[in-house]
Amino acid sequence: MKSRTVKVDYLARIEGEGRLYVKIEDDKVTDVKFGIFEPPRFFEAFLRGRKFTEAPDITARICGICPIAYQMSSSYAMEQACGVKVTGPLRDLRRLIYCGEYIESHALHIYLLHAPDFLGYEDAIRLAADYPDVVKEALRLKKIGNDIMVLIGGREIHPINTRVGGFYKAPTKKELNKLVEPLKWALEASLKTVKFTSTLNFPDFERDYEFVSLRHPDEYPITEGRLVSNKGIDIEISQFLDYFEEEHVHHSTSLRGVVKGRSDYLAGPMSRYNNNFDKLPAIAQEAAKEAGLPKICKNPFKSIIVRAVELVFACHEALRLIENYEMPDKPFIEVNPRDGVGHGCTEAPRGILYHRYKIDKDGIIKDARIIPPTAQNQRAMEEDLRGFVEKNINLPTDKLTWQCEQAVRNYDPCISCSCHFLKLQIDRK
Amino acid sequence: MTPIKKPKLAVWKFASCDGCQLSLLDCEDELLAVTQVIEIANFPEASRAIAGGPYDVSLVEGSITTPHDAERIHKIRRISKLLVAIGACATAGGIQALRNFTDVKNYVNYVYANPGFIETLKKSTPISDHITVDFELRGCPINKYHLVELVNALLNGRKPNIPTYSVCMECKRKGNVCVMVASGSPCLGPVTQAGCGAICPSYNRGCYSCFGPKETPNTGSLAGWFSEQMKLSNPDIVRTFRGFNAFAEPFRKESEAYEK
Repeated sequence: MKSRTVKVDYLARIEGEGRLYVKIEDDKVTDVKFGIFEPPRFFEAFLRGRKFTEAPDITARICGICPIAYQMSSSYAMEQACGVKVTGPLRDLRRLIYCGEYIESHALHIYLLHAPDFLGYEDAIRLAADYPDVVKEALRLKKIGNDIMVLIGGREIHPINTRVGGFYKAPTKKELNKLVEPLKWALEASLKTVKFTSTLNFPDFERDYEFVSLRHPDEYPITEGRLVSNKGIDIEISQFLDYFEEEHVHHSTSLRGVVKGRSDYLAGPMSRYNNNFDKLPAIAQEAAKEAGLPKICKNPFKSIIVRAVELVFACHEALRLIENYEMPDKPFIEVNPRDGVGHGCTEAPRGILYHRYKIDKDGIIKDARIIPPTAQNQRAMEEDLRGFVEKNINLPTDKLTWQCEQAVRNYDPCISCSCHFLKLQIDRK
Repeated sequence: MTPIKKPKLAVWKFASCDGCQLSLLDCEDELLAVTQVIEIANFPEASRAIAGGPYDVSLVEGSITTPHDAERIHKIRRISKLLVAIGACATAGGIQALRNFTDVKNYVNYVYANPGFIETLKKSTPISDHITVDFELRGCPINKYHLVELVNALLNGRKPNIPTYSVCMECKRKGNVCVMVASGSPCLGPVTQAGCGAICPSYNRGCYSCFGPKETPNTGSLAGWFSEQMKLSNPDIVRTFRGFNAFAEPFRKESEAYEK
């Protein structure tokens, strides 16, 4: 029997700690395990007994990379439980701060975490030695995303200004206008990013995914919509648990999502894009077309172009929201607790983030359920790796290993979210 | 003349959200300058290239929650000249230290279908409970400028200039109206270490203590105010002190006093 072993003990340039194990026997992939060894932190357990108004601040601490996603999903869930709907300028402000998170997170992932793989660099710092201007522009773009978070949220990591019902303090139009010039630059930089990413070399790999994302009748979805897929799902977010379930397997401290009665599914930029191309602004659609990105993209390595297209969207959307903004009379809507259950599902930069809470009449949390995007994508990542390794079994071991890492980074996995420790190990026998 | 070797920096992660180490990448204006003077030798979140130890400085994020991590931190100490704990998880146990007030078995059974697969310690504890720590940067998350100051101080062989007074000092300097006096919002500012720039009161809300207890905090007096003047219920007072620095001793004692 032909036998080879490839091993990487810590997969880098992702948020968190996990392990990857691929077993190859006689040039056949016999086992793939993407394991997450992030120590469990038990958020769902200690949320019980806390006030419903504390959920946004507490759940933000699940992830330092996408705190807004946590604050938004939990706020929407609590508002639904209490029968309140946040509309008008407060809803727009939520979308705007979320655009900030998209710009920050996508710029970070495209340039600092993912692009080095395509260009053969260990990291963006080494990339900066050869392409200083590219990295400087990337950092400037990332910073503009953070500037939105700081202005509206108070700080970039774990913003303090969002709450159930809206915000503690609404910015003035004048304050927001300060973001306009930087955002115009960011829009141009994003268009350049689409062009730049489209020139990269992509491994030839596609898979027949089930793309799951939100869909909204009037807009590219971030905070609201129905849950849809290209394989027939079209449901209210409150039906999430009727259609999706989580498995708990031995090799992971994160629960893995599957579509009930079917199999793995994909959440994230590619799903949003594929399910909502028609809702992108013309400038983003054009950029995608010029980059040669099809309306339905099935190559996960090309998610880097999709993220760039979403950068264009986020900058364009932020500018639109600022232009239309009128400061609300009150920064929040009063939310009074009542006995009930609420669901929230918003599009984190790396995919749908579902929260469900049961609260009592005093607003004390009785039950909590949080399903982060990386947990949902865990099975899809394993399937990608299986398919990718099978197709590229003759690659030299070091190259195959690097490309497997790259295949995981396609997902921009956030393992803190899903629980974390990424170890890559390919066992060839 | 032989060129001076760049000091080697390593970043380590334990139970945490990654936010504090992300603060390093959030130093957009300073990052490239920092990499000119220090070698980022081990920072998996940013690079797949790992240079072996020993390291001149180790930044440690996260709390100790598993038997494996309780061993790993000792190995890291052995290969680090200076070791700095960064963030509320590493300096106080973090929000996951809420398990310390109950039996963690209940938590495991609640979250996981197969609790047998999960290995965890009863308590989530700060790094200093396990090894000698040379410096601590507080915050949930840390202030990224503190990180730059820390690196700067270490490079120049001086003590980092990080305040230990209260958030109230920062808040007054900003000219904020006191949220506790003016709008009756419970605020942990008087007992919390400065460092965030008093952002919560600046946005019309009470401080919830990302930076943990200041030097000699009078938590008893503040809790008395919450109880008598502001009519907060005991469970509310317990929750107020049981945030991201719940297991820091002054906060732990105060919350336990109101739990009875």
